Amino acid sequence: MATMTIAKAINEGLRATLTDNPKSLLMGEDIGHLGGVYRVTDGLIKEFGDDRVLDTPLAESGIVGTAIGLALRGYSPVCEIQFDGFVYPAFNQITTQLAKIHARSLGKLTVPVVIRIPYGGGIGSIEHHSESPEALFAHTAGLRIITPSNAHDAYWMIQKAVECQDPVIFFEPKRRYWLKGEVDVQNPGLSEDPFKAHVVREGSDATIVAYGPLVPVALAAANAAVEDGRSVEVIDLRSISPVDFDTVEASVKKTGRLIVAHEAPTFGGIGGEIAARISERAFLHLEAPVIRVGGFHMPYPVAKVEEDYLPDIDKILEALDRSLAY
Amino acid sequence: MGSTQLPPGTEESLAATTALAAAPGEPTEMVQLLGPDGALGSDPIFSDYAKRIDPEKLRVFYTDMARIRRFDQEATALQRQGELALWVPLTGQEAAQIGSGHASQPQDYIFPTYREHGVALVRNVDLAELLKQFRGVSNGGWDPRENNFHLYTLVLAAQTLHAVGYAMGIQRDQKSAAATESSDPKAAVIAYFGDGASSEGDVHESMVFAASYNAPVVFFCQNNHWAISVPTEVQTKVPLANRAKGYGFPGIRVDGNDVIAVHAVTEWALEHAREGRGPVLIEAYTYRVGAHTTADDPTKYRESAEEAAWREKDPLDRLEKYLRAEGLADEAFFEQVKADGDELAKYVRSTTHGLEVPDIRDAFASVYAEQHPLIAEELAWFEEYSAGFESDQEAAN
Repeated sequence: MATMTIAKAINEGLRATLTDNPKSLLMGEDIGHLGGVYRVTDGLIKEFGDDRVLDTPLAESGIVGTAIGLALRGYSPVCEIQFDGFVYPAFNQITTQLAKIHARSLGKLTVPVVIRIPYGGGIGSIEHHSESPEALFAHTAGLRIITPSNAHDAYWMIQKAVECQDPVIFFEPKRRYWLKGEVDVQNPGLSEDPFKAHVVREGSDATIVAYGPLVPVALAAANAAVEDGRSVEVIDLRSISPVDFDTVEASVKKTGRLIVAHEAPTFGGIGGEIAARISERAFLHLEAPVIRVGGFHMPYPVAKVEEDYLPDIDKILEALDRSLAY
Repeated sequence: MGSTQLPPGTEESLAATTALAAAPGEPTEMVQLLGPDGALGSDPIFSDYAKRIDPEKLRVFYTDMARIRRFDQEATALQRQGELALWVPLTGQEAAQIGSGHASQPQDYIFPTYREHGVALVRNVDLAELLKQFRGVSNGGWDPRENNFHLYTLVLAAQTLHAVGYAMGIQRDQKSAAATESSDPKAAVIAYFGDGASSEGDVHESMVFAASYNAPVVFFCQNNHWAISVPTEVQTKVPLANRAKGYGFPGIRVDGNDVIAVHAVTEWALEHAREGRGPVLIEAYTYRVGAHTTADDPTKYRESAEEAAWREKDPLDRLEKYLRAEGLADEAFFEQVKADGDELAKYVRSTTHGLEVPDIRDAFASVYAEQHPLIAEELAWFEEYSAGFESDQEAAN
């Protein structure tokens, strides 16, 4: 066991990947000598050289497009997009090419590209640095999307993402980069399967589903609810595509109430998809409608008011009250 | 600009290339060896490459150009008869495709756009496979790894980045191969695109990446003068070959209707790339004699006189003139070529009729390489739903 931050855990996970898989390589803007704007790739260029850790030209479509070509040649590229709001120049390569090449080739070609994207707000940053665009990618078949919420998962999930033969978008909760946790570098344990949801707190009155940066918020809300005599279960979704509906369904069949929280706008978001599926799967077990807690239908607001935009403990508790009032 | 800012060897390459424009906007010199009159000219650099083409090879060039033109006619007819949803004709561009395709070696990897039927022929792709995409039974029927010929890419220019990435992979492979003293032949990549696609951002980014990493890639732009209805002048105010200068690698305009010059220039460029001297841009100056696709009507946007002028520069006619004048092919040869073309057309027509309509279950199977619960769930639902119709049918019987 070692204690490390999420950023360090990803760094160590990438180091393990580069060591174990000679075909793996990292590419992105400022990820080499600078070690990335969040230092997630710190020191790796020194250890593995600039053939394995590439400071690329400043062009996101170029990063993903050339990564696809490298993957077609048998490599396993891990791309970094510097910030969530800068992924859009690569949107075409990700959705029309990366996601579809396996299907287009009738399964003959695989493109095991991983795209790392720091995402989410709460860091007081300027425009385009605080977004949560996961639903835009979840809507595209052919992609897998995962996001860790703790250091142990971060260490193992990044390695599992590279091993996966499908393209994986790896969303990193940037405001939790410095969150420390215990990492077992010998044994992945429950982190073995990155596409399974985890029940991180058991409860019997209601279920909160969250992922990435909101998992600690959901846990804090569940702890606060204890004062009101409420027993709240919390699920860390971990995988946004596919969603592990079995785990959510089992929990809802036990608690009868579901709240889904994410930073992304609720309209057209993952919460809506979970609400719809759970309504189909567990309709007769639901004591209340599924309630979503998420961003408003607006561009991510300026930093000075982002606290009003972001889901927090109070917003989740308010949703819990509404659910329990039915 | 100081020469120290250019990758090593670039200055020499630029100097050695005859067809580079002096300044942006000025007309670029064009490499031409075989003129429309069938007379063979010379070039200080590329004549040496042309000399490598023996008479037998020239006859193969002619045969392949004639076969692919015949194929093109047959595919157009198949579309008109409702057998294909759409066809993308290549007529007029045979020399650009057959010449460049034959310059590639088996270890080279080709990224076509969607009109490179001639290159597909040279790379031994079963032409009936090409038609699957246009009949609506597949998005690419062939295995790209068998002939190192990638699937067609319909989102313009997306493949130019894949080509550069692939070339970066080759670079790394060759580095490891050198370490193990492997005898694998050196390889390069060709990225095909057109004058319309040259405006796409991905072409710019691919050239930036290729230059930065000195990737072994040849950008082969067929300037066929029309992006559906929009002329090249709307895409660029300078000859496209000149753009290479801005990236710091050689750019050459070649007569795209001259199969000998295209072959010579492409062979030079591929050797340049394979030997680690970096990327090259070739602009093959040609003309799309037919429509953009069978859904297009060129009479709405261009003069028939322009088409007629380009027909005078026909790539097949000029090689035929040369072969006859030099006594390299007789009447029997040309008759045989025609018979071979008809045979190919017959094969393609009969195969097209026989193309199987796939089961949508196959589509479920190839979305992901690894097991996926949503795919399994939706397929299970579809099976149950379909079975419902079958049991209704049984009940009705």
